[in-house]
Amino acid sequence: MKHIAIGILGAAAFGLMASAASAATLDDVKAKGFIQCGVSTGLAGFSAPDDKGDWQGIDADFCRAVAAAVFGDGTKVKFTPLSAKERFTALQSGEIDILSRNTTWTINRDTALGLNFIGVTYFDGQGFMINAKKLPGVNSALQLSGAAVCVQSGTTTELNLADYFKSNKMEYNPVVFEKLEEVNAAYDAGRCDVYTTDQSGLYGIRLTLGSPADHVVLPEIISKEPLGPAVRQGDDQWYHIVKWTYFALLQAEELGITKANIDEMKASDNPEIKRVLGEEADTKIGTDLGVSNDWVVNIVKAVGNYGEMFERNVGSGSPLKIARGINALWTKGGLQYAPPIR
Amino acid sequence: MASQEILREEPSRGSFINDPKVRGIFFQAVVIIVLVALVWWIVQNTIDNLTRLRIASGFGFLRGRAGFDISDSAIAYSSDSTYGRAIVVGFINTLIVAAAGIVTATFIGFILGIGRLSHNWLIRKICMVYVEVFRNIPPLLVIFFWYSGVLSVLPPPRESINLPFGSFLNQRGFYFLRPIWGEGSWLILVALLLGIAMAWFVARKAHQRQMATGQQFPVFWTSTALIIGLPLLAYALSGFPLSFDYPKQSTFNLTGGFQVKPEFLSLYLALSFYTAAFIAEIVRAGIMGVSKGQTEAAGALGLRPGSILRLVVIPQAMRIVIPPLTSQYLNLTKNSSLAIAIGYPDLTATTGTVLNQTGQAIECVLIMMVVYLALSLLTSAIMNVVNARMALVER
Repeated sequence: MKHIAIGILGAAAFGLMASAASAATLDDVKAKGFIQCGVSTGLAGFSAPDDKGDWQGIDADFCRAVAAAVFGDGTKVKFTPLSAKERFTALQSGEIDILSRNTTWTINRDTALGLNFIGVTYFDGQGFMINAKKLPGVNSALQLSGAAVCVQSGTTTELNLADYFKSNKMEYNPVVFEKLEEVNAAYDAGRCDVYTTDQSGLYGIRLTLGSPADHVVLPEIISKEPLGPAVRQGDDQWYHIVKWTYFALLQAEELGITKANIDEMKASDNPEIKRVLGEEADTKIGTDLGVSNDWVVNIVKAVGNYGEMFERNVGSGSPLKIARGINALWTKGGLQYAPPIR
Repeated sequence: MASQEILREEPSRGSFINDPKVRGIFFQAVVIIVLVALVWWIVQNTIDNLTRLRIASGFGFLRGRAGFDISDSAIAYSSDSTYGRAIVVGFINTLIVAAAGIVTATFIGFILGIGRLSHNWLIRKICMVYVEVFRNIPPLLVIFFWYSGVLSVLPPPRESINLPFGSFLNQRGFYFLRPIWGEGSWLILVALLLGIAMAWFVARKAHQRQMATGQQFPVFWTSTALIIGLPLLAYALSGFPLSFDYPKQSTFNLTGGFQVKPEFLSLYLALSFYTAAFIAEIVRAGIMGVSKGQTEAAGALGLRPGSILRLVVIPQAMRIVIPPLTSQYLNLTKNSSLAIAIGYPDLTATTGTVLNQTGQAIECVLIMMVVYLALSLLTSAIMNVVNARMALVER
């Protein structure tokens, strides 16, 4: 029912929003003193509350990075957990300032939904997970004809699933839930044979199941799922701040700037590092963006660089142990690439 | 009447402003103007904001390809169908579960309501406990009870429970044989309709004869023979055209046959059992609203207890029962939107998915509101007709 409530609130918000004066998001954010960040209802590694109730994960940390750029303080973020269905309405209606919720970048969302994706914080692809104990002998997604498949509604996953089975002339039985927890519970209870979502998600979900060792992720990746944060259309300044926060995280990793060495790096002689960290004389890079000139310093101090963020949340420093793969920097054979900060 | 008119104060002829009639019209007009202006302002503002935020609007999206599959569909639907059709599929699913739920809830509710007034202590107490338990639990919990508590503890497909007539029960639902109608099976349908028509005619004649002469006729057995016997005869005459599709074990699930999914079952059972508790109370109230003298008088005439209930008490109780019963039917229909929690693709669920895939929040919420409103008004209209027929005819 909650998504209806948000739908109605959203509809009402469109109606009651002040139409003439469309205040800039940056001014709004500064006035209220924090960033309202839309996250998932709990996906390990991306955005999930820890045992103290603090949100952890790449998506949550990204919002902290933006808060650090704007306020110089990464803690000035409030999180709104959203289901897949609620997320776009929440952003459109202004309930949240950034949607950072393992959301796939598609043309439809960039155009008809009135969103602007700022980049890809995690390159993902859709996969399948099965219970190998109950289904021995199944080692390819092409053997899944006739299976009952658990999937979250209102996602690109749901659409890819239909396309994949159709193009391979296989039958399946969709078992669709609105909330991630409901899908997890149904899969764990054996309501369906197969769980499908982004592969990173499957690894995270596997950890939460009754006996994780029984479940295997099948090798097939059936889609491109570039996950990234999005903002509303029509506010270029805010769009740029969020986008360049992402690039700053990448640039920091490329230049070897980490949370640990940031203070030494500020004294560096390397002109590029000096420029990025706002140490160049009379620099206007930060102020032109609408933030302070030491914005990159603040970002790195708050969450580290992109690599640190990755390893801490989904990589070797986390229970998920996902390899960098295509999410490595372009200098290391991956796809993560930032335009120059100059 | 006449005295009241004399007592009514003459409107003062002094000022036009003090004329209560003029004042009444004036204030009503003001309210309407304000209301229209407010609605107009909200609509305009919404349009402005959507344009400014560059969000597409309008209902054109309904013709787009849906791209997602729906597990339960009464009409032909695939991922190539349109968004509009997906919403229709959801609407039909809502209708199915609401209609099935209303029938079952009424049935259980009447039994419980009468049971609560039973002379048997045990029956009375069992019915009371049922009513008190179910009407004090939120319907969502009742749905979860059936879904997680009852249906998901059933065995997996490979260890299905075998039931008679080739049907199976497992955690994926209830499977039973599906009849395949061969050539000439239309004759069976015709025979069935004929049987029903004849049974109705017999019942009418028997009633007339009993009214005229007091002689009774075994209507029940004759009707049963007509309704079952005629189709059976037609079945034999047309050369046994019926065959059955049995559910069979396959790699993952049972295939073939007819499958009732646990999502539907739990929603249907939960709505029926939940609403039945309220209907039971309404029925009890209705029966208790019929004065005791009626029962005693009927008893004095020599009617048996069953006949007293059926011929004297219930018809009078219905006048009290029907109006609140309508509210319960409406509640049940609207509660069916809780289906979303367990993944039954009803109107709310499919429209919600469409909403998310297209981002057309306002349009989708509007469609849902209009459809539920129309459905509720239709239910009310039907119940009003029933009520009018049941109402006391005053002479």
